[in-house]
Amino acid sequence: MSDNTSSLRSPLGRARGLGSAKDGTHHWWAQRVTAIALIPLLLWFVASIVSLAGAPLPAVQAWIASPISAVLLLSLIVAVFHHAQLGLQVVIEDYVHAEGVKLVLLLAVKGAAWLFGGIAAFSVLKIAFGG
Amino acid sequence: MANDQTRAAGGKRPRPLSPHLQVYRLPVTALSSITHRATGVALSVGTLLLVCWLVAAANGPAAFASVSAFIGSPIGMVLLFGWSLALFYHLGNGIRHLFWDAGHGFDIATAEKSAYAVIAFAVGATLLAWIVAFAVLGGR
Ligand code: HEM
Repeated sequence: MSDNTSSLRSPLGRARGLGSAKDGTHHWWAQRVTAIALIPLLLWFVASIVSLAGAPLPAVQAWIASPISAVLLLSLIVAVFHHAQLGLQVVIEDYVHAEGVKLVLLLAVKGAAWLFGGIAAFSVLKIAFGG
Repeated sequence: MANDQTRAAGGKRPRPLSPHLQVYRLPVTALSSITHRATGVALSVGTLLLVCWLVAAANGPAAFASVSAFIGSPIGMVLLFGWSLALFYHLGNGIRHLFWDAGHGFDIATAEKSAYAVIAFAVGATLLAWIVAFAVLGGR
């Protein structure tokens, strides 16, 4: 606490200005892990969607409900929304410098990712368990 | 090192100048970088289309019919085409990023080549996906 004598900023104020000292590597790594997971998942997803072009609802539901599709779709949903949230966080941190606005936007993106990811996952489960 | 720039800077070491954006043509590597960000943001929004599709499929015939009608409409097709192009670009360029992270391909010549390769992959994969999709559609 001795640097309080040479600076008017409180330790908390300085820490806020600098950001957390332990979160960056984890964020960076999670962005990479989700990116790697997304490569096969998205290639599989696009191929499946293409083969379902114009398919009637029962065929689409049967595809979603099959065990492999359901599990892969749930993995895709988790990976996409996690990756998107981490990525949008970086974009916001790069461009938005007003602390309050930044905090609100970061929370909104996190909330939206949870919400839409949850809705998507619930829809898959509902179809898979024949709701 | 007394060139014009040094003299203009009052004899000091020349500082790097930032490009004058209105007259400066971005190198392909810079374009590919900002496009990665733009496609990442666009895909995040576009993924809501996926959510709509899943919700509609879970909801039943009426909801599924209206989402299918939207996707089949001109606006829907343009959005879906844009989503697929953005996806293949971001996927290809994401792999380029992962190679960099592993320490490969970071010299300018390679980075330029891989930027063009990603563009070619994105266009090619998108066209392939749509050609096959229309073939599937025509076969129904
Ligand atoms: C729908 C799927 C995807 C969405 C919504 C998405 C979204 C995003 C966003 C918003 C960013 C932040 C951009 C930035 O900081 O400039 C990002 C970064 C990144 N994405 Fe994706 N992405 C998707 C798929 C993928 C895939 C398939 C890969 C495969 C390799 C990938 C690899 C990366 C990488 C490596 C970064 C970090 C780039 C950097 O460090 O600047 N993404 N993504």
